Amino acid sequence: MHADATALAPTSRHSAATEAASRRDRRHRRIRKVISYLLLSVGAVVILFPIYIAIVNSLLAPSQIAHQPPPFFPTHPMWSTYPTAWNEGHLGLYLRNSAIMTAIIVVGQVVTAILAAYAFAFLSFPFRKTLFIVFLSTLMIPFEVTLITNLDTVTRLGWYNTFQGLTVPFLATGFGTFLLRQSFLQIPKDLSEAATLDGYGHWRFMTRVAVPLARPAVAAVAVFSFLASWNNYLWPLVVTGDNNNVRTVQIGLKLLANTEVQNINVTLAGTIIAIVPLVILLLVFQKQLVRGLTAGAVK
Amino acid sequence: MTVAVSAGAGREAPAAPRHRSLRSRKKREAALAYLFILPALLIFSVFVFYPFLRNFKLALYENPPYPNLPSHYVGLHQAATVLSSSAFLQSLLSTILFVLMVVPTGLFLGLALAVAAHRKLQGIAIYRVIFSSTVVSSVAVAALVFGTLMNPVVGLLPWLGINPTPSILQNPTWALPAVALMTVWQFLGLSFIIMSAGLQSVPDDLLEAARIDGASAWTRFWRITVPMLSPTLFFGVVVGTIYAFQSFGQIDILIGPSNAAGVHANVLIYYIYESLQIDNNAGQAAVLSIVLFVITLSLTLVQMRYLERRVTYAR
Repeated sequence: MHADATALAPTSRHSAATEAASRRDRRHRRIRKVISYLLLSVGAVVILFPIYIAIVNSLLAPSQIAHQPPPFFPTHPMWSTYPTAWNEGHLGLYLRNSAIMTAIIVVGQVVTAILAAYAFAFLSFPFRKTLFIVFLSTLMIPFEVTLITNLDTVTRLGWYNTFQGLTVPFLATGFGTFLLRQSFLQIPKDLSEAATLDGYGHWRFMTRVAVPLARPAVAAVAVFSFLASWNNYLWPLVVTGDNNNVRTVQIGLKLLANTEVQNINVTLAGTIIAIVPLVILLLVFQKQLVRGLTAGAVK
Repeated sequence: MTVAVSAGAGREAPAAPRHRSLRSRKKREAALAYLFILPALLIFSVFVFYPFLRNFKLALYENPPYPNLPSHYVGLHQAATVLSSSAFLQSLLSTILFVLMVVPTGLFLGLALAVAAHRKLQGIAIYRVIFSSTVVSSVAVAALVFGTLMNPVVGLLPWLGINPTPSILQNPTWALPAVALMTVWQFLGLSFIIMSAGLQSVPDDLLEAARIDGASAWTRFWRITVPMLSPTLFFGVVVGTIYAFQSFGQIDILIGPSNAAGVHANVLIYYIYESLQIDNNAGQAAVLSIVLFVITLSLTLVQMRYLERRVTYAR
């Protein structure tokens, strides 16, 4: 900055004018920058505020919680709410259950979607178009519409209160199949012909060439399905009754809130614990997450 | 090249077997294709198509007032009764109001954040992570956090002097807007991500050219960014509407089955759940499910048209 000014100083009047203009421009830019940061920070504060208040309240002693004006900072943090929530809310068990359920659904959806998408993209067979439309039509039927009979079916199969009941209805995805087929179709024809000449069968071509090339799409499908099943609420609510061993963390949080009505700090501690795995996911898989969520958007 | 030619020549020599082998190869390929499709198709048949179609049958049968008695055929009578009931109309109205409160607000705020975060500034990545963060907050987490914020005793509301009786979440006027506020917060992350992706498709040189021509930031936004963004906005409306339609957990946690209808927060999906789980009335639930399907069908058809377009032209 200093060097700039001295270098420009001993010149003609004309350049002095441009110097003034550029200085004004620079100041304008700096003001705009400050305003931008200000707006961004306001947005960030508004978005994080509810979580911040939850963290503060999770650390307050019961006597402080209803205090007026409400404390905005835990001056004497009561850390014991976290172990209490963990133990009394059985959060370890419920997080494990959510993880098992989600893992089964993610793996299942990715596998069935890869297989079906491969058939639609690389193989020719009678009724290919019709069957693809059948797959797409599942996108038009929201899960809630199938709730009544699915509950019936799962109960009749003896799957009420089991991981099969939680996961099997979700082991296929029309959206994921569609996405992967699109990605497979981008693979150049020459490549599959070359692979055939090299004696690759379909299975080898799929596992060695097609899937590795479609990795971004596979990741997008996986992240999308992770988010949907981890956060699923309605189905786990109706299909797991009183069995702790399959109850997911979402339902566990609801029960924690019901049992700890008097101890809102414990409920909030449990809530914060439940956020942690997903915050890690967000930080690690941000790119895949964004791609998965905007996959349907017009670009 | 020579390899390919010689291979082709070698294959052509015995004419008749080649024909047969081609046909059998085709057959094998079709068999493999069906094998690949089978797992997904099986799941769809049992857990999507069959339950979907069964709704139309269930809707024709009325459930007895006591469980374990056979339900009997009543034809369209049940559908007519349910669809003309004030409970259904109230539920439909609540659903529409809820969508109207959530979608425009969520999209507008998402767009505002996306525009703010579109500039190349130091540390902008951190803001982007924060703005998209609510996308990973589950409905239970969001509901419990907002339940605290709206608590009549614990939260900030009494301090701010906002203390209606009955309290917000038990108040027919405020319960639905309160749930909508929470849903907007939860939807904001997705909205921001969608809008950011859309903004990236607005060419920078176009905006730069307009700036040099003397167009103000305001004009540039409304005359260039918004029109260029219209497909994204449209996609956002469809996604947001489906998102709002599927809101269930927040109503279950913040309001609960005993209160939902009383405070006009009984949106369609919650009404289906109540009919099925609380009232044991599968027939009524089936009628409501068909209504839900018809509404989402029209929304999804529009969305599919746009998906199709993207598939044809993009990348």
